[in-house]
Formats: sequence, C-alpha cells, structure tokens
Amino acid sequence: MSSASHAAPHAPTFPERVREATGESVFQCYQCGKCAAGCPLAAEMDYTPNQILRLLQLNLPEMEEEALRALSIWLCLTCETCAARCPQEVDIPKIMDHLRQESRRRGLVHPKAKDILAFYESLLASVRKGGRLHEVGLVASYKLKTGHLLQDVLLTPQLLQRGKLSLRPHKVADTDAVRRIFDRCDAAAPENKADHA
Amino acid sequence: MKLGYFPGCSLESSAREYNESLQAVAPLLDLELCEVPDWNCCGATAAHSLNHKLALALPARTLALAERAGFDELLVPCSACYSRLAATRRDLLANEALRQEITSIIELDYVGSTKVVSVVDVLGRAAPTIRAKASVPFLRKVACYYGCYLTRPASLTTCARPEDPQEMEAIVASAGATPLDWAFKIDCCGAALSVSRTATVAELAGRIVADAAERGAEALVVACPLCHTNLDLRRPAIERHRGVSYALPVLYITQLVGLALGLSERALGLHRHHVPVRFAPGAAAPAAAPKEN
Amino acid sequence: MPRIGVFICHCGENIGATVDAAAVAKAAGELPGVVHAVDYKYMCSDPGQNLIKEAIREKKLTGVVVGACSPRMHEPTFRRACAEAGLNAFLCEMANLREHCSWVHEKLPETTEKAIDLVRVMVEKVKRNRPLFPINVPITKTALVLGGGIAGIQAALDIANAGHPVVLVEREASIGGHMAQLSETFPTLDCSQCILTPRMVEVAQHPNIRLYTYSELESLEGFIGNFKAVIRKKARGIDEATCTGCGACIQKCPTKKIPSEFNAHLGHRTAIYVPFPQAVPNKPVIDRAHCTYYRTGKCKLCERVCPTKALRYDQEDLLVEVAVGAVVVATGYEVKGTDFFPEYGYGRYKDVITGLQFERLASASGPTLGAIRRPSDGQVPETVVFIACAGSRDPAKGLHYCSKICCMYTAKHAMLYKHKVHHGRPYVFYMDIRAGGKMYEEFVRRAIEEDQVSYIRGRVSRIYEKNGKLIVKGVDTLLNSRPVEIAADLVVLATAMVPQPDAEALAQKMKISYDGDRFLNEAHPKLRPVEMNTAGIFVAGACQAPKDIPETVAQASGAASKVIGLFSKDELSREPVVAVVNRTAPPLFSTCVGCFLCETACPYQAIEREEIKDRNGNVLKTVARVNQGVCQGCGTCVALCRSKSIDLQGFTNEQVFAELVAL
Ligand SMILES: Cc1cc2nc3c(=O)[nH]c(=O)nc-3n(C[C@H](O)[C@H](O)[C@H](O)COP(=O)(O)OP(=O)(O)OC[C@H]3O[C@@H](n4cnc5c(N)ncnc54)[C@H](O)[C@@H]3O)c2cc1C
Ligand code: SF4
Ligand code: SF4
Repeated sequence: MSSASHAAPHAPTFPERVREATGESVFQCYQCGKCAAGCPLAAEMDYTPNQILRLLQLNLPEMEEEALRALSIWLCLTCETCAARCPQEVDIPKIMDHLRQESRRRGLVHPKAKDILAFYESLLASVRKGGRLHEVGLVASYKLKTGHLLQDVLLTPQLLQRGKLSLRPHKVADTDAVRRIFDRCDAAAPENKADHA
Repeated sequence: MKLGYFPGCSLESSAREYNESLQAVAPLLDLELCEVPDWNCCGATAAHSLNHKLALALPARTLALAERAGFDELLVPCSACYSRLAATRRDLLANEALRQEITSIIELDYVGSTKVVSVVDVLGRAAPTIRAKASVPFLRKVACYYGCYLTRPASLTTCARPEDPQEMEAIVASAGATPLDWAFKIDCCGAALSVSRTATVAELAGRIVADAAERGAEALVVACPLCHTNLDLRRPAIERHRGVSYALPVLYITQLVGLALGLSERALGLHRHHVPVRFAPGAAAPAAAPKEN
Repeated sequence: MPRIGVFICHCGENIGATVDAAAVAKAAGELPGVVHAVDYKYMCSDPGQNLIKEAIREKKLTGVVVGACSPRMHEPTFRRACAEAGLNAFLCEMANLREHCSWVHEKLPETTEKAIDLVRVMVEKVKRNRPLFPINVPITKTALVLGGGIAGIQAALDIANAGHPVVLVEREASIGGHMAQLSETFPTLDCSQCILTPRMVEVAQHPNIRLYTYSELESLEGFIGNFKAVIRKKARGIDEATCTGCGACIQKCPTKKIPSEFNAHLGHRTAIYVPFPQAVPNKPVIDRAHCTYYRTGKCKLCERVCPTKALRYDQEDLLVEVAVGAVVVATGYEVKGTDFFPEYGYGRYKDVITGLQFERLASASGPTLGAIRRPSDGQVPETVVFIACAGSRDPAKGLHYCSKICCMYTAKHAMLYKHKVHHGRPYVFYMDIRAGGKMYEEFVRRAIEEDQVSYIRGRVSRIYEKNGKLIVKGVDTLLNSRPVEIAADLVVLATAMVPQPDAEALAQKMKISYDGDRFLNEAHPKLRPVEMNTAGIFVAGACQAPKDIPETVAQASGAASKVIGLFSKDELSREPVVAVVNRTAPPLFSTCVGCFLCETACPYQAIEREEIKDRNGNVLKTVARVNQGVCQGCGTCVALCRSKSIDLQGFTNEQVFAELVAL
C-alpha cells in the first residue's frame, strides 16, 4: 500500500502537460463517441474529437505528434456541443485550444489548416494595430497572406454598397495600451506570437 | 435602466444594423446604453486558438474599463464576444493568481463587479414592456436561432433548458410573433470559418436555413452578428451548395422587437441585409391592438 | 499493579513494510505497566493467537493490547482468544497500526514513532478497562418485510416457510413490483407474470404472512430482536373484508382517463381501480386525487353498483403497531423518465419511450395487448432505435454507475421487437455489452446473430423530430467514428435504474445507511452483502443496487436465511458498550440530579426514569436509567450530562482522558 515506490520524479508526459495547461484529463474520456456524434465538423475531420483524445490517451510520442498534425484541431469551431453533452465532462474545446497552440509552436500545423491560421493571424494583427478589428484591413491582409486574391471574401462590394464596411479603421484611443498587452502575452509564450507565424 | 454597452467590432461595420436597431429599441424599453470608454476587440476565436493569455487579457481590458466606469451590468450583443467576456470574468474570479497576472498585463485593476449580460437577457426582462408597447405586433411564424454561445457552456449562460431554450421564444412572443418548434436552434452555423472555409459554412448554415424554411418559418431570428453573416450574407453559398433558393429573411431579435414597437425599417437597418426582408402579404397586416396572450 | 501484554502484528507486508514492528514491540516493552511485548508476522493466525494465550497464562496478564489491523476486522478474534485464556474479553484492546498508520504513511522513522504512540495510548486505556459481560436480550420471532416486489415476496415466503410469522408491507395497492410489469424475461424469455403470479397468490394465502398493501412504514423503533414498527394502512375507500373483487365499480367509474402507473403511463385507468387484473389482493382502491366524488362531492356511482356495499368513502388511514425481531428492506427501484434527457428531447417526443414502457408495449396484458405500436399514432414502427446506458455511466448527469441490467433487457427488447415485427429494423447504440451471467452472453449473441439486431458502438448525441421521424444522431466508433444518422419511428431509452424517490427519507426513518446514489448500504460489500450496519435489519433486491431477478431472488433468500438464523435462538447476546448512570450509597443514590437532558438528547429513546423509593414506597429521588437493550452506545448523553453521572462502558471518560494524556 505504500506509495514510496512510485514517488520518483519524472518528466511530465504529454497528457500531464495537457492537464497542467487546461485542467483537463484526457484519461477521463471513455471513447463513447458522443462528441463525434454531435460535432458539426466531424464529417470533415481527419480525426473526430474522441479520436484526438484517443491519440493522446495512448501516450506515445508518435501518436501525440499525429494529434498535433491533425486538421481537426483547426477545424474545431469551439461550438461547445461536445463539451455540453460529454457524459464524462471532458472540456474538449479547451483541449483543442491547447493543441492548436502546441501544434503551431512545434511547427506541426496541417497544410490544409494554413488558411484558417492565416485568418486568425490576420485578425490578431489587425487588433494589435488598432485595438479593434478592422474588417477591410483584415480581409486585405488575409488575401495577401493566402494568395486567395479572387475569393469572395465577405462579399466586399455588396457590403460596401450597404454601408456595412468602413474603409477607415475604428481604433481605440489608447492603442499603445493594447500593443503592450500583445507584447506581454507574446513574451509569456514567445514561440506563440499571436499574430505572425 | 442604465447599462454598460460593449458593441464589439462587428457592430461598427458588418453588423451595424444590429447596433442601429438595438440603439433604436433601447429608449423605448427604458434602457440607457452607455458605451464603455475605449473598449477593445475581445480577440475572438483567433486569440483563444493562438494565445491563451491574450484570449484572457483582451476581454479583461474591456471588463476592467467597464468596471471602472461603475456599471452593474455590461450588455454584450454579439454572442461570441459575450462568451469571451463572460468566460474571462469566470476564469479570473476563480483563480486569484491568474487575476493578478492578467491585471498586471492590462495595467488595470479588475475585481469582477460588473456582470456580463446578453441582448436576450435584457430583452427577456423587458418582455412585459414589449408586450405592452407592441403597437404593430409582428404576426409571423419565426424560428429563433441561438447558435452556440447563448446556451453553451451551460455554466456561463442563464439558459434554463440548454438543449431546447425558450428565452428568445418568450421575447418574440411578447412582440406578437409565433415561435416554431424546430430542430436546429442550437446547432453551430460555422462561426469563424466563414472566411477561411466558406464551403463548410454553406453546409452547416444551410441545414439551419433549410429546417427553418421547411417548418414554415417566415423569418429566422438571431442575436449574433456572426450567425447573421453566415445565415444572411452567406445565403448565395448556401443556395449554391443545396441547389435550392430560400426567401427566408434573417432578423436580429432587436429588429423584430423594433418592428413590433412601430419603428421604421430604415431606422432598424433592414435595408442592409443581403436577403431582402420581405413578407407575404396577409397575416402580417398590422393589427389594431397588441394581442394579449 | 497492572500487568499488560503488547502484541505487535506485521500483517505480512501490510504493516511490516512500513512500520518497524520489532522496534514498536521493544518500545512498548519499556512502557510502565507492560510486562510482556512481542511482534509476530500474523497475530491473527493460530500460532499468533497462541502467543497471546500463553502470555496471559504465564505472565498473569491483566490486560492485552494488540497492535494490528482495524478492530472492525479482528477485534472479535483477539477478544475470543483472551477469553479462551481466561481473561475477560473486554480487557483486550486493539491499536490500529494498519489503517491509521502503515497504509497512510511512507516508510519513515516517524511512521514507526506514530505506531508506538498508538500503542502507548491503548496501553493507558487498557489499564483502566474493567471486565464487562455481554448483555442478553430476548428475540421477537416475527419479521417485517418492506416492499412486495419479487425481493420482498421471496424473503417473506422463505421466512414464513421456516415457520415464522411475517408482516409484509407494500406501498402500492398490489404486490408484484416491477416484475409484474415485465413482458418476458432474459435470458430464457419466459413470461414474467406466469412465473410471478403463483408466488403472489402464495403470499396472500400463506398462514404465516400478514399482508398490508396500500400501506407504508410510519416509524420504526427499538433494536435487533425487539423492534416496534408502526404501519400506516392508507384508506382504500373500501372495506376489504366485504369486497369480493368483482370489479363492477371499476366498470362504471366515469373518470377513465388517468394515466396508468402500471402501464408506465401508456394506458389509462379509472379512479377506483386495481393496478392490473392479476393484482394481489384483487381489491380496488379509490384514488382520491382523481375521484369525482372527492373532488366535487357528487358521484358515488361505484357505491350504487357495488353488490356487497363495500364502499367506505369516509374511511381514514389506520395506524397498526407490530412487534418484530428483524426487518428486511426490499423497496426496489424506479427508472429515470425520458424527461431526464435534454439532448433526447426533454421527454417531449411521444415516441421516445423508456425500456419499462417498452415492456408494457410488449406485454400481452399491456395497453396494445402485446403489439408493438408507437404511442403517437399507433403505427407499427419499421425502424426502432434502442439506446443503452441512457443516464447510466453518465457522471455529467449525476449517475456514475452502471445499471447492470440494461444490456440484457435491451438485447431482449430488440429480440422481442424482431419476433413481433419480422421486417422491422432494430438498432442498438451501446458503449459496452455487459453480459456476465449464466447464458447471458449467449443471449446477446442470439440477438445479433439470429435476429440480426444491428449493434452500433457509440453514444447518441441528439434526437430530434422531423416529418414524423425521430432523427437519431450517433456515431460508429468501430467505423472510424463515422457519423451515423438513423431516421427512427420509435426510440427506446434504457434509462438508468435509480432508488425509489423516498429511499433517503425511509433510510433516515429507519436509521440505516445509504450511499451517494441513495442505494442502501450493505454492511460489507463482500462479506456481509445482505445485512445492514444496523443490527437486525437486512436488505434484498434493487434497493441495494441495480440487479436483475435471479440476483434479487438470491439476495432475498440470503436475507431470509439470516433472519431465520437470528430467529433460531431465543436470546441475543450483545456487546456491553452501553451507557450507565452511576449509583452511590444513600442518601445520594446517584450523582444524577434528574434534569433529564439525556432523555431529550438520546437518539434511540434509551433513557428511562427510575424512582428510588424508601421502604414505605415514598419516592426519594427520580434519576435516569439506561435501557441496556435499546442503548446503542453512541455517548451523546455522556457528553451532555452536567453532573457527570453517565459514562459509557468500555469508553469511560477516565479511559478516554488517559488516552489523550498519553499522546
Ligand atoms: C425495462 C426493464 C426490464 C427488465 N427485464 C428483466 C428481465 O428480463 N429479467 C430479469 O431478470 N430482470 C429484469 N429486470 C429487472 C427486474 O425488474 C428487477 O430485478 C426486479 O424487479 C427487482 O425486484 P425488487 O423486488 O428488488 O424491486 P421492485 O420490483 O421495484 O419491487 C419493490 C416493491 O417495493 C414497493 N415499495 C417501494 N417503496 C416502498 C415503501 N417505502 N414501503 C413499502 N413498499 C415499498 C414497491 O411498490 C414495489 O412493489 C428489468 C428491469 C427493467 C427496468
Ligand atoms: S463524449 Fe466525452 S467520453 Fe465520449 S468520446 Fe467524447 S470526450 Fe470521450
Ligand atoms: S467544440 Fe470543436 S470538437 Fe467540439 S463539437 Fe464543436 S467543433 Fe466539434
């Protein structure tokens, strides 16, 4: 009954690091599949939410990398459907957030997720600049990043016509304050600079 | 009643009719909206996908500014922003070390005294007033669409029946509308993938539009700019994807209430929608007096 | 001078691996009053016990301390050994070196130090122990059985057949419980009613069984061998002796649309009713909440048609007191309703039903006479989805446990459906198939192989209604977690088995323990499965944990045999750990001042008033006295007594203070 035998320190395993960062244990998942059954993106995912957890449960480096290379983690919309219905109360979206950051940090982002990542980065770049999101600026920067110059991003001409797009960005007054927030958060996670890969 | 107001980025541009209709309706319901001085973007999906600290710090700055301005409640009309702000408040209140870390990042103090409320919360409380003042009851069958963040996570929202919420139904009913029982009111519309994966959005938003239309809805009612974009602006993509065209307009709940309160279509920004807000004649003829039910 | 012996046990590795037992024995040997101290690998073994016995005889010990496991484990063993060597059993105490020390600490010098402390404490206690003698109490050889499901029926019959009177109390109008509602039973598919009703009749006719239906336990007092139960016989509204059960009243009752509890709300019943045709007793009750007469003051149609004039509208509840020596609790379970499932529609879809409702659909005596027709429109469903683990194994919904029987009855349901609707398509969503039991696995394989029930491994995320179909959104985790959507006509949820709604209140009334899920707690999960921690109270059936009929019957017979065992003796011997009020010489008689605070405080009503009289019968003083039969030794009175006149034998203030001082 003594626990003396397994008190030796060891490097944290990946599931342990996930737990450290998110408070969630992947081992709680009993692979019932209810998350996958409700996930709006499951049909498009290379690994359904429960399969992502399964990869982590196995606690093998190659499986962990496979999870971080998955397209699914970028497709996840944080719609919270899975978490709302999971019988084991696993907060999958929270884990997905962590995996995205880890995937980007380790340079394992799935090629097909590059557009999604580019969009997020453009968005944050826009916010870093003015404190608020400037949709026109965001679209322009996204187009440049991805090369999708002709894609009907946000149907721009129509929006302009309806007075829904302002060409001049709305900005916060204290743009410096916002920039300092970005700088500090970047400093806290240098490998994960918020707005550029 | 005085409320702190955080419009969020999209209400300044692509969703300006949400802002216009809310601003138009508020005084009629004795609500005074006071914009939080110098608020900033909540960071949206992008921030929590890429940088955990940033996802807390950006909303925290706005929360702290609202708190400094002394508001009891902060009204956040965009449900995605609402979720980010409410989650940040919850996380910082639950973890003192985190609260200290984030307050030092944002250089502002924050203790969490201001509550975050949604448009549905606020209109829900005003329902008796809406009922009393509904001079042009909106006599249409509507499908109320909640999307993700008004019901999930249940711990953050005020929703009593998260799998079959009734809060929006109560509001539209007070404005004279007949809410329908339908299947997709809490399904995801595709949210932030709107730009980067339009095809996905066409599928997800398409199911929502189709179910509402098939059940005889005359309008979809939403309370979120992102949902509106995906259901209204993305309608051509939806129609191409499904090979069916749908005349179903998408109204912000504030617009529906505004119509019932007798405000003009222009004041409510109906002309800014992609899907024309037009109804078959008949049932909607303004009734003489608001119906009590 | 005390002569104490100390015996330190290694408990194999259990204590020995963490605590230096030899060092403990050595330190103990140096304590004042200790004349003998040894350690040994297994003190509870025969050679170990002999060490104690020999030391008692040779060293003339006046007290023994065994440093070993929990006294709950082996105190009786060591006390018996002492008694065999001629030392009063209550001069033996145990220091718990296992649960209180070795199991909860690392192997460190401090751990051995703590063990020595624990021993020293007990040595100081034992020095102050006095010989005590077991208390003998008579046994009332009548059993009370609560609940008339198959568990209660079986227990009552077994006890009655052994020659003892039984009082069987059933809350509903008939005995039978859930088994009466079942169609056919796994794993043999024999008809539930056909095997149950003969037993029900046997109960009614048994000379040793007094049956109270439509009755509940009002209160229970007393202790093993000597309980006093008060039973509330609810007013049926008829005179049972006069009623012949002809049913004329039921035919004529104008209030016909009350959902039938027996049919799990799928059919209707009248306001005066018997739950089902084979009810025992076959005498109706009036449901006053729905009866037109009780609601409006007019009607009494039943009285007009009753040929024997048995109606008694002004009948009132009757309280009956019975003396019993043992109680068997067999109050069963209930199932969660479909409204428990937000994601499956909050119970608002008529064609989403529970497994229990499916039993009624499949039952020849049910609302559809055994035809599988869906509730909404009476159509025969072409596609039926069965969902296992509905609510069970679902911590998010507050139910962690497995309901144990659903895998089996779901296979049964799918099979019965297929037998009745040959072209039908049954699908079962499941997480695991738990089919441990004789012929159980074979039964499930038969459903899959012969009846071609499609099993899909995955939990269903959501059900919604569209165009008259129920869209079931699941996933097949065996097929790369591919989404599976089935448009079903009927969905059957194998909803979790939970305790009766009043389980907690009943347990508190009876002062018996229950677990976090409100199931009753047996005294030991392995070794005392039919006893409760409260002596004289036994448990059987699904009120203790979810279980099927074979297991229920086995447990009921087990509980019955425990009762019969108890009744095989005329007197019962109990531990003398009871409170006593001191007695002194006249003129004081006792330091008790007669405030009787203890009387109000005692949770077991064990405090009596004793009048001390002179030779002429004049009352000199009234003091408290403890009824040793009733006292449970909790010590509440001791803590409250202001004049320090009550003490707990075996745990006197003197002993406890000595223990504290020794620390
Ligand atoms: C859908 C379904 C299908 C099943 N199919 C099978 C099967 O095929 N084979 C099988 O082996 N098992 C089956 N079972 C399990 C079976 O029903 C139980 O094992 C069995 O009924 C348990 O019997 P019981 O006497 O413990 O409880 P119950 O049958 O619940 O009986 C308890 C009795 O106590 C009474 N009672 C409750 N509280 C009080 C009180 N306070 N005072 C007085 N009386 C009270 C109740 O009214 C009831 O009559 C099935 C269960 C379900 C839900
Ligand atoms: S729903 Fe929860 S338990 Fe089930 S597979 Fe998904 S994460 Fe695991
Ligand atoms: S939060 Fe992500 S993983 Fe969960 S259901 Fe939504 S999209 Fe799927």
